Amino acid sequence: MNNLDRTELGFIAALPLLIACGLLLPQWIVNYIHVSLGTGLVALGVMVQMRAGLVSFGQGLYFCIGGYAAGLAGRLWGLSDFFLLIALGIAAGLVVSFLLGFLLRRYRRIFYAMLSLAVSMILFGLLSSSEELGSTDGFNLPATSYLGWLPGQSVSGDVLYVATCIPTVICAILLHRFLRSPMGYVGEALRENEIRIEYLGMSARKAVHIIYVIAAVVSSIGGVLWAMALGHIDPEMTNWVTSAQFVFIAILSGIGNVAAPLFGTLLLEFIRVYAVEIAPDSWHIIVGSVMLLIIVFLPRGLWSLVSSNNGLKNKFTHRVKAASEPEGARS
Amino acid sequence: MKNALRKILVGSALGAVALSVPLAAQAQEPVKVGVINFYSGGASGPFGIPAKNAAEVIIEGINAGTIPAPYNSVGIAGARIEPIYVDENSKQKVADFKKLVQGDGAQIVIGYTSSGSCKAIAPVAEEVKALTIFAVCGTPQIFEEVVTEPKYAFRTISHATSDNVGAARYIIDTTPDLASISGINQNYAWGQDSWRDFSAAISKLKEDVEVKTEQFPKIFAGQYGSEISALLTNKSDVVHSSLWGGDMEAFILQGGGRGLFDNSKVVLTVGDTAVERFGKQIADGTVIGARGPYGLLAPDNALNKWFTEAYVARFGAQPVGPSYQTAQALLALKAAADKAGSVAPEDISAALAGLTFEAPSGTIQMALAGGHQAIAGITYGTYKFDEAVGKGTLVDLKEYPAECVNPPAGVKGTEWIEGGLQGAKCN
Amino acid sequence: MLPMLTAIAIIVDGLGFSAWLFLSSVGLTLIYGVMRILNIAHGGFYALGAYSAAWSIGLYSQTGSTIALTFLLIPVAALVAGVVSGLLIERGILRFMYGKDEILMVLVTYAIFLVLEDVTKLIWGTDSYVAYQPAFYFGSIDVLGIPYTVYRFIVIGVAAVVGAALWWALNYTRSGKLLMVVIEDREVSASLGINVTLFFTVTFVVGAVLGAFGGAVAAPEISVTPGIGAEIIVLAFAVIVIGGMGSVGGAMIGAIIVGFARAFSVHVYPPAELFSIYLVMAVVLAFRPYGLFALAEGRKI
Repeated sequence: MNNLDRTELGFIAALPLLIACGLLLPQWIVNYIHVSLGTGLVALGVMVQMRAGLVSFGQGLYFCIGGYAAGLAGRLWGLSDFFLLIALGIAAGLVVSFLLGFLLRRYRRIFYAMLSLAVSMILFGLLSSSEELGSTDGFNLPATSYLGWLPGQSVSGDVLYVATCIPTVICAILLHRFLRSPMGYVGEALRENEIRIEYLGMSARKAVHIIYVIAAVVSSIGGVLWAMALGHIDPEMTNWVTSAQFVFIAILSGIGNVAAPLFGTLLLEFIRVYAVEIAPDSWHIIVGSVMLLIIVFLPRGLWSLVSSNNGLKNKFTHRVKAASEPEGARS
Repeated sequence: MKNALRKILVGSALGAVALSVPLAAQAQEPVKVGVINFYSGGASGPFGIPAKNAAEVIIEGINAGTIPAPYNSVGIAGARIEPIYVDENSKQKVADFKKLVQGDGAQIVIGYTSSGSCKAIAPVAEEVKALTIFAVCGTPQIFEEVVTEPKYAFRTISHATSDNVGAARYIIDTTPDLASISGINQNYAWGQDSWRDFSAAISKLKEDVEVKTEQFPKIFAGQYGSEISALLTNKSDVVHSSLWGGDMEAFILQGGGRGLFDNSKVVLTVGDTAVERFGKQIADGTVIGARGPYGLLAPDNALNKWFTEAYVARFGAQPVGPSYQTAQALLALKAAADKAGSVAPEDISAALAGLTFEAPSGTIQMALAGGHQAIAGITYGTYKFDEAVGKGTLVDLKEYPAECVNPPAGVKGTEWIEGGLQGAKCN
Repeated sequence: MLPMLTAIAIIVDGLGFSAWLFLSSVGLTLIYGVMRILNIAHGGFYALGAYSAAWSIGLYSQTGSTIALTFLLIPVAALVAGVVSGLLIERGILRFMYGKDEILMVLVTYAIFLVLEDVTKLIWGTDSYVAYQPAFYFGSIDVLGIPYTVYRFIVIGVAAVVGAALWWALNYTRSGKLLMVVIEDREVSASLGINVTLFFTVTFVVGAVLGAFGGAVAAPEISVTPGIGAEIIVLAFAVIVIGGMGSVGGAMIGAIIVGFARAFSVHVYPPAELFSIYLVMAVVLAFRPYGLFALAEGRKI
């Protein structure tokens, strides 16, 4: 574990902090943090693809596959083990994304978005019309156990929260490593100019395929964690509206750092909660206006606030900023 | 305030018991009650807003003590209700619920329209020990599978089984030469369950009824041209539909324009909301239900009279099914709290289990699931346009008592229907 | 082999549904073609058009005058709703955003859509509006014994006329030809002295009016409720993606494919109706990755 960079150190430092929050803050706030960790991982999956210029409007597909893998294991075989369910979620996401990747890797830009949306909506249709799987009402998960230990009801929430924090942080660190690996930089280059990559002798399609699978696995883990936190799953998880929210979180948070989507998810969750509190009938106006203001004043996302305030002039984030300008002007 | 005082005096004149309660009301802290429904999205018009309107009318009535007997005391067990409205249209329903209970301090929560929400919330309600009264959602699974030994979760309406068993009975009773049925229901849990219950009940009640076509359009599809053609080409005696709200209205317009309603007898299990506004556009002979004895199908009692008048005076529209259902849940809360003389969730739960109480829709018995699930009768009627008044009316009303359309305690709805509706008491 | 009656029903139903789909999605493809904005607020325009038509027809019908004039109210309501909202949004918000990333623009229009939805709700409330008078005015005619409303055939005709008019305007008028230049290359056309900003404004407003018109035409046959805008967005996306984004002809073909796919599944295998559209989209894209009539795009090295 040598050569850890600032982000990784930050994450490792954040873990005890996150756990402390869980034990000290009022439980209802912890609840939002808890569910945001799951959805945050999916937003992270969207963000990883976005780094390569690919926008998935169907990431809910893997969110749902993770959730249903965990849920069905409980429903069919009575499985409730935390580690086993995560492993199942990873396996399901891996298999499906590896196969679908052969189709998706041929697409770019809005067509990638629409095809991923179409695939996720086909799953939505199948789940919604299958009465055996609970149709649109979905079904509940059994309480989570850990290697044979089933915590009592008074502590089960806290235990699950701590158990959720750890894989989230691990996923974030691994993704950060991936983005800094040669393959990660190929993704960057994909967004910039795909043809140049091919001239350099690399396969753009293969790179897209790898990124697609990685994003899918992270999202599946997010789905498993979210399903365990909520205790209930339904096909809404793979509805395009859900997927769109992940895209919006990723864009609003910014793609400069893997921490951004995790923070962004939480922040937007609280904006929504308070918007609902202020105007239960017309909170969409508030959320929509906040989104517009962020786009207008922080076009590189909320993370640009953090990175500039800290004076964190990471060479990498700097490059991303510089790159995003000509990107838009080019079209 | 003055008004409230006068009501207290009236109340005390009516009964000696009532006296001590209103006096306590001045001293007690208000009770926070979460009221959750769809306040945005496609379900807000037909469900959420009418439910919220009813909640406002009833809560105001409870706080002022203006509701007729037996609810003519101020507050619940003397405490005023302070409502907190939360939108059900949210991805994080469970977190929202916990915030309501733990963050905002609402120990009592009323509402929920989607069966999916109810399934997700029921175990959480038990976990955080918040009295939760489901007001609108219909799936029988809540107490049959999700929470089998409820302590804090209640539902004050019958589950959806009774809607469709009632519809099947009405069709059998009014269509002597029934030979074929078809269905058009939305492709989600509610539509699928409704059609399954209805078609199964028909097949048990009468032999050799043929099913011609089963249509499952997407929810909120709005365009039913193809489905109507399919229903017209596969002509059947009866067409069953559990479409609701805008979808149901669009179906009436598109089907009506093409003679579907003259070709077949159409049963609209949630058709009540259309009666007021459509007039001639609904063909005579269409069978209309409301998921309970609500609106035009409601009994003629003092509570209903008060409720309808207060609602119309305030919102200029008739209360619909979800309004009645929400009123029912709030009155159940008041009845139980008054009986317990306390607003602690445990005390109210103990009092509400197995309670029989009055509502604008008649008498409700908390009979199933250890006294946590209500059973109530259901009424269906046939549409007739009244040329003289220029308005639609319902004729040939048939009221089916609770024991006639609900399974006995301990039996699941689907098993009860499949087993031939054993033990139904219809008169 | 399909029975004759079912085959005829599929054709008529498919055409009827396709016409509505085309009217509801052509504005979206026009805006994308010219401005490269995938306009989610399109759903908001659709809802605004539907509400203003249903509301005005309702008000007019109360006067008891002849129903025939309500057919005039439909385009007028769409025009007013589309021009007002389109101008406000383009001049007030979008023009400050031009040149931004395509995906960011999707997000901007999504935010606008959220606001529009609630504004619609604040203006018209949550009660549904029904304005069936025009739909019932001409009654119905039988096609091989199946009654169809005449209104449905009028909608099919209107869709054909709108498609033809757009095609003519784009290919045979001076402004249309200039617009094609703008579509081909924005920078070159600006340097040739074409007022690109004006073209953008006009295109957006026309797109908004078309979106509102789709809603207004549908209004007499449906119940206008909150949320109808959200339903149309994905349908319209599917249509224009299948046809090739930015192509008016493609939108027509896409609408016909989606319309027939739905009619076919309803008559032959109803449970598939829920995802037939997405299945068709996936299949078409699997063979034609950029839709049937994709706009040519230069490769930039």
